[in-house]
Amino acid sequence: MKALVWHATNDVRIETVPDPAILNPRDAIVKITSTAICGSDLHLLDGYIPTMQAGDILGHEFMGEVVDVGKENTKLKVGDRVVVPFTIACGRCFFCERQLWSCCDNSNPNAWMAEKVYGYSTSGLFGYSHMTGGYAGGQAQYARVPFADVGPLKVPETLTDEQVLFLSDIFPTGYMAAENCDIQRGDTIAIWGCGPVGQMAIRSAFLLGAERVIAIDDVPERLQLAVDGGADRLNFDDGDVLEKVRAMTGGRGPDACIDAVGLEAHGATLDAYVDRAKAAAFLATDRPSALRQAIHACRKGGIVSIPGVYGGFLDKVPFGAAFQKGLTFRMGQTHVMKYMRPLLGRIERGDIDPSFVITHRLPLDRAPDGYKMFRNHTDRCIKVVMKPHEERVH
Amino acid sequence: MNSTVNVADVERWASALGGAALTAYGIKQLRDRSPAGAVLAVAGSALIYRGASGHCPVYAATGFNTAEGQNDIQTPGESRGINVEEVVTVNASANALYAFWRRLELLPQFMRHLVSVSQLDPRRSRWVARAPEGRLVEWDAEIVNEITGELITWRTLQNADVTSAGSVTFRPEPAGRGTRVHVRLQYDPPAAKLRASVAWMMGHDPAAAIREDLRRFKQLMEAGELPTIEGQPRGKRSIQRYV
Repeated sequence: MKALVWHATNDVRIETVPDPAILNPRDAIVKITSTAICGSDLHLLDGYIPTMQAGDILGHEFMGEVVDVGKENTKLKVGDRVVVPFTIACGRCFFCERQLWSCCDNSNPNAWMAEKVYGYSTSGLFGYSHMTGGYAGGQAQYARVPFADVGPLKVPETLTDEQVLFLSDIFPTGYMAAENCDIQRGDTIAIWGCGPVGQMAIRSAFLLGAERVIAIDDVPERLQLAVDGGADRLNFDDGDVLEKVRAMTGGRGPDACIDAVGLEAHGATLDAYVDRAKAAAFLATDRPSALRQAIHACRKGGIVSIPGVYGGFLDKVPFGAAFQKGLTFRMGQTHVMKYMRPLLGRIERGDIDPSFVITHRLPLDRAPDGYKMFRNHTDRCIKVVMKPHEERVH
Repeated sequence: MNSTVNVADVERWASALGGAALTAYGIKQLRDRSPAGAVLAVAGSALIYRGASGHCPVYAATGFNTAEGQNDIQTPGESRGINVEEVVTVNASANALYAFWRRLELLPQFMRHLVSVSQLDPRRSRWVARAPEGRLVEWDAEIVNEITGELITWRTLQNADVTSAGSVTFRPEPAGRGTRVHVRLQYDPPAAKLRASVAWMMGHDPAAAIREDLRRFKQLMEAGELPTIEGQPRGKRSIQRYV
């Protein structure tokens, strides 16, 4: 089959690799009909995530048709059309029982690696480094799905691939980010980063009853898409973000702030440049300038919700501000399985159509171009979807 | 024997740091023309010496020693074996976990160094494990004590190359939070060569090896299978490296 293979920083290629096979009794094999590039894939492209190996197959937002099932998998059958969540979970451990699916105890074959870095291992993830299991990802024609009796969600034929594909990651991720804000009537939510997750968070905040959403970015088409979703635009190139957020919230500050940027923030402030220099010199791993602003901007007693990915050590986090203002922090990899079914309901009822975020449709062969367009924001690119079994995509 | 170490490590650090503080304070007092400063400075210096050398003349005189036995875990019979203790909490009942573990022939499913275990009679069993250079080591063991759903202890029989003893206990956690599984193992290899075999068998870090065994036990008991990526597709390994 064809698959997108990571070789080194800024080096991803399409290669022919062996087809996947059932390895465990609860596995399934999925023939992939649609797959997307996620913002967090860019952290892999840019070499920010440790324990990648040359030859790793990327991709964790995919769906398709079940073509084979393991002997213990009684839930799926050949022919089922499913969306696959990016987290891999056993469904039976302490954490799965508490809906903390991305904290599953039993799905990471390299748990010892994660334990060394994080104290305890979290769940396996598709195509996201060996510390999270080294599972081959879904930017390919086929994928092996472990514990496939837990994760994959069957979807009705009445909905198109593009309407349901993002149940695999960005819609639940944006939704959990908004849910973590404990939104009350009249609340204002400020969101740093208007990429695909930020866009989903904006819509989810409104679905959950937010009065107002302030969308912060500097890419014009992303800000426009945020405004289309009902948010107020704040371009961080136009001056002091903190002052502007303060003014826009009547001097009180947003009730909750969402950092949908993560470890590769690239603001225009002094600390952002210092972070960049330090990361380049291996003096720090993550560049948390969006997080710093979110903490600073948040109102007293407010919530900072973090769907943006962090992997290592953060410099100069204004912890004093967080402490003195009594902030609450909520974060983590999305517990996708908790949200897939209710959000499918939202899509079926017409509350939202997540395909609004797609700007580019490509054949899998052009995935390396897709990565570059997405990262460099060229051709007004916001979200790339690929059809691995089609030579040409409209 | 004036220089013998008879002060424990932690105590040595405390001595050295306390002594430094005392000396500094004494010197400051001297500058302020206080005669007591000299006494404090001298006492502080003695503490620094005690910390740096690990030798305390007072301890030596009284026969006191806090350094003894701090580095080696002593095992029964005056030997220095390999001692390991590990714990894991499994989301299953103590009875279910006990029942699986008690079927000794199933142990190789999660204990990676074992090739097979066969029950010879209700108490005795034969164990086969991997040793260096593809060799196998074999030994017989017997169950010393068992309490259904709670405890199993065992030891090797007299004819064994490797003397070992162990126990596993199963203790229910409150509020249905699973069962705490606690394993203690002691290997007591008599000869240097066999000591090497045991070290190889258990890896450089026996505790880590047992921890991985217990992780696999938990995965089998909870998920019913061991997560793996062995045999999945991958691209060309253009450069073999971790970033």
